[in-house]
Amino acid sequence: MNNHSVTRRDILRTLVVGTVAGSVLQMVPAQAAEYAHGLIEMEKAASPSGNYVPKYFSSHQYETLKLLCDIIVPQDKHSGGAVEAGAPEFIDLLTSENQEYQTRFGGGLVWLDSHCADLYDKTLLQVSPEQRTQVLDEIAYRKNGLQDASLTQGIAFFSFLRKLTFDAFFTSKIGIDDLQYIGNTSLREFPGCPALPEA
Amino acid sequence: MAQVVRSPKMYDVCVVGSGAGGGMAAKILTEGGLSVALLEAGPQVYPEKDYKMFMWPYQLPHRGVGVGGRAAENFGEFLAPNGAWTIEGEPYTSSPGSNFQWFRSRIVGGRTNHWGRIALRFSPVDFQSYTRDGLGTDWPIAYEDIAPYYDKVESYIGVFGTKENVSSAPDGVFLPPPKPRCTELIVKKACDKLNIICIPSRMAILTKSVNGRLPCHYCGQCGRGCTTASNFSSSQVLIPPAQATGKLTLITGAMAREVLVGADGKARGVSYIDKATHSEKRIAARAVVLAASACESARLLLNSKSPTFSDGLANSSGAVGRYLMDSVGSSGQGYFPQLEKMPPHNHDGTGGMHMYMPWWKFDRQNDFPRGYHIEFGGGRDMPGVGMFSQLCYDREGYGTQLKATARRLYGTTIGFAGRGEMIPNADTYCEIDRNIVDEWGIPVLRFHFKWSEYELRQAKDMQETFRAIVEAAGGQYLTKTAIDGQYPFGIEEGGKIIHEVGTARMGADPKTSVLNGYCQAHDVKNLYVTDGASLVTNPDKNPTLTIMALAWRASDHLLDEAKKGNV
Repeated sequence: MNNHSVTRRDILRTLVVGTVAGSVLQMVPAQAAEYAHGLIEMEKAASPSGNYVPKYFSSHQYETLKLLCDIIVPQDKHSGGAVEAGAPEFIDLLTSENQEYQTRFGGGLVWLDSHCADLYDKTLLQVSPEQRTQVLDEIAYRKNGLQDASLTQGIAFFSFLRKLTFDAFFTSKIGIDDLQYIGNTSLREFPGCPALPEA
Repeated sequence: MAQVVRSPKMYDVCVVGSGAGGGMAAKILTEGGLSVALLEAGPQVYPEKDYKMFMWPYQLPHRGVGVGGRAAENFGEFLAPNGAWTIEGEPYTSSPGSNFQWFRSRIVGGRTNHWGRIALRFSPVDFQSYTRDGLGTDWPIAYEDIAPYYDKVESYIGVFGTKENVSSAPDGVFLPPPKPRCTELIVKKACDKLNIICIPSRMAILTKSVNGRLPCHYCGQCGRGCTTASNFSSSQVLIPPAQATGKLTLITGAMAREVLVGADGKARGVSYIDKATHSEKRIAARAVVLAASACESARLLLNSKSPTFSDGLANSSGAVGRYLMDSVGSSGQGYFPQLEKMPPHNHDGTGGMHMYMPWWKFDRQNDFPRGYHIEFGGGRDMPGVGMFSQLCYDREGYGTQLKATARRLYGTTIGFAGRGEMIPNADTYCEIDRNIVDEWGIPVLRFHFKWSEYELRQAKDMQETFRAIVEAAGGQYLTKTAIDGQYPFGIEEGGKIIHEVGTARMGADPKTSVLNGYCQAHDVKNLYVTDGASLVTNPDKNPTLTIMALAWRASDHLLDEAKKGNV
């Protein structure tokens, strides 16, 4: 399908070759190489590893966060889940840098454990899968807050976590592959629309 | 006390600002043989390092939203560098109820590094709007005066488009347009049903090689900046040829604070703060060109007070800072079920739209003056943070079902944005804030901004049109706007469209305008303003192309005056 596309290496080569006399470009080979190197370094730095040390959350909170992320975007037959996509690292990083996030996520996780303790005398990590589903089904929908006002803070927390988890999953490699996005590459010509389906 | 460092060299011209207007002036003036000192408040830009072309969101730990997620409000980490609504140490204020938003870019090339590349000519009637409807003021120049410069600018920077013979959107010198995307074909079909004109857009992006610049490689990321300079930016297309003349001295980190005036009432240079050393320095020059952006240039003029010019330089009319205009902006989104059936394919194209709707109701009576155009985009774009936020909010829940819904609905929405003409009003202007200076010791701007009924009715019309288009295509319009409150009909806050212009307008009458038709100050003959400040009206065409055409024309005039010994 993508036979016009070339690799990033190809475009960098083109850039270098493309520096012809009269060109207003100031690209030189060394700069192109530095650019490519920078990309690879960043790729390494951003790749989720098993040894991640949370910057903000306590280890208990981080385990809870991981559990929640994978419940919000679980593995299915198309792709892996949010943990594999690096969602907990992403959320921890942003939270470590943003006081508002610290209140919403830090406070939200404590609220959730307290809520579980009220109901089952256990933390979210300790309750049974059925109990967990029951708790999460309560805070996953705004309409439940209309019937039970004690849930509204939990609902707001879960809504924010859901947004960030989706952000992280669908900006990861596995999430982007799941959507079958094709692009971010160099084409000699733009092919236009393959065939327009009827409404 | 720090000593003021005076440059021993006398330059022919000191240009303030390196964006569209300043870059163009620097190019034309140096190529015309003049020596130019170009002051830029920000640093140098290094496209190969600074532009994030081809980068995936997961290659950045913050996935594009920056430290603490805060870059999201400034269009994200992927935007070509240094554009922001707020700059630390360089505040601006708004009068109560105004909340004007000012997007500034401190870097060589300014906002042209990331701009939308939409390059539209004003039309002949745009220069004589007052004659037509009695609102505002006519320009001192006509379309015929600027048309040759539109030709020159388009030929030099490269603009794609098609000849369409639409009176509100004059044709230009165009490169071939890219093929339409699926989303654009769907919208075009709906527009045909509604008799709304929908044509290939006009964008400063190369579809063929121009002056050694490579043609577009269709990664869809123009806003990130282009390492192959296949789109237009001042930093890559105007500054390098100016540098090649050997006549340009580019001084970065130079925050201009005042235009210096001699006893003869003529400009004699510019005082600036060197950001690296926090010290004041001075450039001596025979002429001064301000192109710091419309409001920044107004600020400079108002801060340039002297016994001869007690209300600010070139301000005998009192018009400096007045007649501030932005574009009217309102946007909306539609869901298009037919897009669910689209097979995965490369939808990137050029950065931005391949088609648009120019103002099409110019032949009838509307309940608001002037007009607007419609930009649109959507479909299978590269995923980014925020793409599924609305879906998460609307659908709620979690788990495999919500994940499957996101997968199914990816690429099925198209967003529409109206860009309309604002009529200048007495409540909208900028002035010097009496209480606050920035970290360079320079008094800052205070904004006053108000939309009138004209603009609100235009925004209402935009919303109705977006809905009509979406529904004519068999889609569902998703945007809800209130008829009152802070954002009636979804109208954006003043400044949000980043088309702020008009603060040192040109005119035939020195009593009511700052500049003449050549962007030359009525009061100070060796002072020119070549950014958006000179615009008399702000038609629904994004101003950058016109800024460049006027800057080229002003520079030709300055070269001419220099030859005659008049400056």
